[in-house]
Amino acid sequence: MKNIKKDFFGNQVLTDINFTLNEGEVLGLCGENGAGKSTLMKILFGMDVIRETGGYEGDILIHGEKAVFSTPFDALKAGIGMVHQEFSLIPGFTATENILLNREPRKTNVISQVFGERLNTLDRKAMKERSDAAIDKMGVKIDPNMTINEMPVGHKQFTEIARELSKDQLKLLILDEPTAVLTEHEAEALLASIRNMAAQGIAIIFITHRLHEILSVCDKVVVMRDGYVVQDVPAKDTNVPEITRWMVGRSVQSAAATQIQDHSDAPILMSIRHLWVDMPGEIVRDVDLDVRQGEILGIGGLAGQGKLGIPNGIMGLYEAGGTVVFDGKEIPLNSPRKCLDASLAFVSEDRRGVGLLLDESLEWNIAFTAMQVQNKFLKNLLGGAVKWRDEKAIRAVTQKYIEALQIKCTSSRQKARELSGGNQQKICLAKAFALEPKFLFVSEPTRGIDVGAKSLVLDALKQFNRESGVTVVMISSELEELRQTCDRIAIISGGKVAGIRPATDSSEELGMLMVSQVV
Amino acid sequence: MKKNHVVEFLRNNMVPIMFIIICAICIYLSGFSWSYLLNQVVTRMGRNIFLILSLLIPIMAGMGLNFGMTLGAMAGEIALILVADWQIWGIPGVVLAMLLSIPLSVLLGLMCGKLMNMAKGREMITGYILNYFMGGLYLLVVLYMMGPIIPIKHTSIRLPRGFGVRTTTDLSNMRQCLDNQWALTIGGVKIPLLTFAIIGLLCLFIVWFRKTKLGQDMRAVGQDMEVARDAGIKVERTRIISIIMSTVFAGFGMIIYLQNIGNFPTYTAHTQIGMFCIAALLVGGASVEKASIGNVFLGVILFHTMFIVAPKAGQNLTASPQIGEYFRVFVSYGIITIALVMYEAKKRRTRSGAGALLAQAQQAEKKGGETA
Amino acid sequence: MSKSQERLGQTRFGQLASAYGLPRLIITAFLILLFILAPFSGADFATQISNVIARFSWNAVLVLAMVPMVHSGCGLNFGLQLGILAGLLGSTLSIELGLSGGACFFMAILIATPFAILFGGGYGLLLNRIKGGEMMVATYVGFSSVSFMCMMWLFLPYSNPTIVMAYTGVGLKQTFSLENFYANVLADFLKIDLSSFGINLIIPTGSILFFALLAFLMWAFLHTKTGTAMTAVGSNPTFARASGINIDRSRTLSVILSTWLGAVGILVYQQGFGFLQAYNAPLNMALPAVSAILIGGASVNKASISNVIIGTFLFQGLVTMTPTVMNSMLNVGDMSEVIRVIVSQGMILYALTRKTEGSK
Repeated sequence: MKNIKKDFFGNQVLTDINFTLNEGEVLGLCGENGAGKSTLMKILFGMDVIRETGGYEGDILIHGEKAVFSTPFDALKAGIGMVHQEFSLIPGFTATENILLNREPRKTNVISQVFGERLNTLDRKAMKERSDAAIDKMGVKIDPNMTINEMPVGHKQFTEIARELSKDQLKLLILDEPTAVLTEHEAEALLASIRNMAAQGIAIIFITHRLHEILSVCDKVVVMRDGYVVQDVPAKDTNVPEITRWMVGRSVQSAAATQIQDHSDAPILMSIRHLWVDMPGEIVRDVDLDVRQGEILGIGGLAGQGKLGIPNGIMGLYEAGGTVVFDGKEIPLNSPRKCLDASLAFVSEDRRGVGLLLDESLEWNIAFTAMQVQNKFLKNLLGGAVKWRDEKAIRAVTQKYIEALQIKCTSSRQKARELSGGNQQKICLAKAFALEPKFLFVSEPTRGIDVGAKSLVLDALKQFNRESGVTVVMISSELEELRQTCDRIAIISGGKVAGIRPATDSSEELGMLMVSQVV
Repeated sequence: MKKNHVVEFLRNNMVPIMFIIICAICIYLSGFSWSYLLNQVVTRMGRNIFLILSLLIPIMAGMGLNFGMTLGAMAGEIALILVADWQIWGIPGVVLAMLLSIPLSVLLGLMCGKLMNMAKGREMITGYILNYFMGGLYLLVVLYMMGPIIPIKHTSIRLPRGFGVRTTTDLSNMRQCLDNQWALTIGGVKIPLLTFAIIGLLCLFIVWFRKTKLGQDMRAVGQDMEVARDAGIKVERTRIISIIMSTVFAGFGMIIYLQNIGNFPTYTAHTQIGMFCIAALLVGGASVEKASIGNVFLGVILFHTMFIVAPKAGQNLTASPQIGEYFRVFVSYGIITIALVMYEAKKRRTRSGAGALLAQAQQAEKKGGETA
Repeated sequence: MSKSQERLGQTRFGQLASAYGLPRLIITAFLILLFILAPFSGADFATQISNVIARFSWNAVLVLAMVPMVHSGCGLNFGLQLGILAGLLGSTLSIELGLSGGACFFMAILIATPFAILFGGGYGLLLNRIKGGEMMVATYVGFSSVSFMCMMWLFLPYSNPTIVMAYTGVGLKQTFSLENFYANVLADFLKIDLSSFGINLIIPTGSILFFALLAFLMWAFLHTKTGTAMTAVGSNPTFARASGINIDRSRTLSVILSTWLGAVGILVYQQGFGFLQAYNAPLNMALPAVSAILIGGASVNKASISNVIIGTFLFQGLVTMTPTVMNSMLNVGDMSEVIRVIVSQGMILYALTRKTEGSK
């Protein structure tokens, strides 16, 4: 029996990960976002990021021997193949060409012997044979001569897998959420082919949020949480509720929000009906949601399930449809300006891309939106014909927020790019606060910022809500954060609202909702 | 269904079809005889096709229209000046010039490729500006370095002041030496068989090259650099090789072009060559990301037919020969503009449409739910 | 990033170079060298200065025309020819109307304005469809419109005998003198001429004031609400969109402004130069303006008024000083053209191949 054993003793992100995987075994790996799954796989696959960020501790043992991968190519040589979430295929090439990309069988000729082997001609016949063999191994039928851009999504996924299978030395295949983009039918075919491949002696690590898939194909289940392996059990001994509990359960059950307020009597401020949003990777389907005046509503859910699509769609950054009624009036969708005019504000999860003018001063960043939308910080010259920037007012407001939010900067003239992530986030909040909105969407406010800044940001939000009476909808991947800050929590799963619970509900219950309709 | 095919065909080949119509009208207006026209077109095919073929490889590697081919043309010119100074004429002169141009072209191509790698996504404008830049260096070489640094002796080449090259480089002893070899005259039309054979050889090479590993890598890099890199293809290197190949072929092409004409304005011969070659290729139905040998041939025929007949047609129509000159320049620029606009617009048009599908799916779901 | 900064910071020269831009430093040093060498080459220093200032006054507005488009993120305006064509239409029509002097000049601006708005509007709409690929398309839009107008100059029914071709009587002349129209109308306003004191220094005050006025208006515009929005669009279009800005409108406005400034710029150029050049002459007007603003320290997505002033001065200094100084020093014939081409195109190449900072 060949043993594949991995021990990691990393700090913080991953701590004391140990598990073994045997030949022909299928291992289901699950855990919330940020539990450390991807980091673990990146280490296993020798990705550059790991080395650039200081490497890792511990050992990976393949057949009892220590293996060190400094690049993905080393990992490939050792027989590890990985299918990433994003397709890595050349659109205009056929399945065959993609399967054998850069590993094409070649024929030598006179010219290549003079000028080097890159002038060898491709051996089309051998290519076809090898790709056919790989496709057969998978046990699914796809047309090897079809070009990728003509294929349905499922076939692209299979092409990716076939590419890994066509590598002779393949021993371990990592599938990172391969079913996320597939239809139910395609997913079933994929599961069948996983069994098929395992039967041929290939070990498989299968990462997915669809827990029932894990139960149906895997031999064993490894559950990760906060960088630890919390469970490692044979699949037949467990069930979906149990896995969910392991995924979300905290070792130390943190208290829910200290001061939850019940707003069930308050009037409905925003009512969302049949909302769809075409945000790539965060598609929203037919969402109905009511937000009450003065509350902090949390929106949670796993990555890719559509929670981010809701604010982005309503605020007009991605194409959306349906109806949104705010304060008794319907807001036209697909128009950021109309939303801002209606006194809505949005702090985007994409700080650097959407939230900030990185190359401009903090003053500009904070004042710009309010200036453009509400004509604040402007002086009217020549009887209003010229709207002149009021630098003094801009400086004053910037100074005010720098103090209020304890933004660390050299001056209000500093470029936004030069601030740390946490301070950048505070600038984004200040920008929204400067609008003095009635309603605020905050998307992933604590993503990528350190612990100290985190609590400051959350406190600022809470204070903003409680003192100014502004209704806040906060979208976050971190359930605990939602429980600490919000009054109610809506869980989005599969692009739809899976349920709305008071923040006092336990993590387990919310966790169950998270995986309930995963697509 | 069949009608759709026709519409599709028309849409895909709009540019060549438009050109055929323009040419037909101009031929009618110009009143040239067919044998004259045919003679001219065949001559120009022999003259130009090799140059235009040099554009194909960078397109394959996704680097767009290689405005930097002018660098190859400069290399060819310098080689010709040297060969002319050494008084080596005829076919040996042409062959020697080609050999001489290779190291120059490789060097220039290497530089061009490196710069383009530094400006990914802006290859075309970089190549275009590089032309002007190298044009300046070229002037420095032919006007000031030829003489003191690079020995130039012959008085027919050297400027009377003692260094630098004359405004016009005379190649009359080399004129059409390739074209006249094995030339065939059918019905008054001279067909330069040797030149065509060389062109045929390059075509064969390109067809064969597409089947090689390097060719496949270039196609992969051209379609998606990141994926190709992940698969272990050396993206930067592959791109540089494609530019070097293009530059070398452009150098050969320029030599073939100039031996046909028999002399060239030393300082400016290369300035417009890139533009006309690119326009001809696009007229043949190529786009920024896709071009075939067929496009080259069709393009040369159509473009040069227009070039020959437009001034005369303009003169017959408006009594001003100028108008035709301006018209053909306008068409060349216009066609490049259209191709570039279509290419850029297409790059940006991929997104929309998905939303509508989503709304539809939701509608369908709702209906399904109601009936159930 | 931080490491490279540290390394640069180790030397004072490095610091200076990174703040000022290495190529700009070299060009400035070269220009200073030329000024020092000028007296030795036998050229009159004051004449040289006068030449540089005069050329500056001709070209500065054309360089200023680059600013709006760079600000809105449309990149360098390689299609400046469109503005120049609008300017040519303005000047020829104004002359055709029989005006002369200052009236003719200002009428030319007035007539050019609707053309600039029309051309710029269409050009802006086109550029909005090809975001990210503006520069290459702009180049060829410029070229094809110039060649289109070449035909129009032949066809348009100009009748003023001083501007139509002498032998046929139809079609515009290639080049004609503006002596009787508006040559030097700006330059002669408040002109400072020290030649009576034995110093060959002439300062075309009016032209410089006119440029200063336009530059001030540009500066002021960038301080208004609309101007601020335009800068934000260039800095981060997604941010601007999320802040409710209509990106396309901002960009189109910037293109129209650029085009109009191009039109006024060519008129100012003509009044200084004293001649009007039609047909293919505008073809090569865009690149010098582009390289001038880059030499002034602008990048593909950032430009300021000071970039315009410094850039025009350096570039024109180079153009005017090199022939006199280099030629008399080296005695090798006219090398200035070669140097001008290498410097200006090299500068554009440098800007294009530099990794663009900022989000895109």
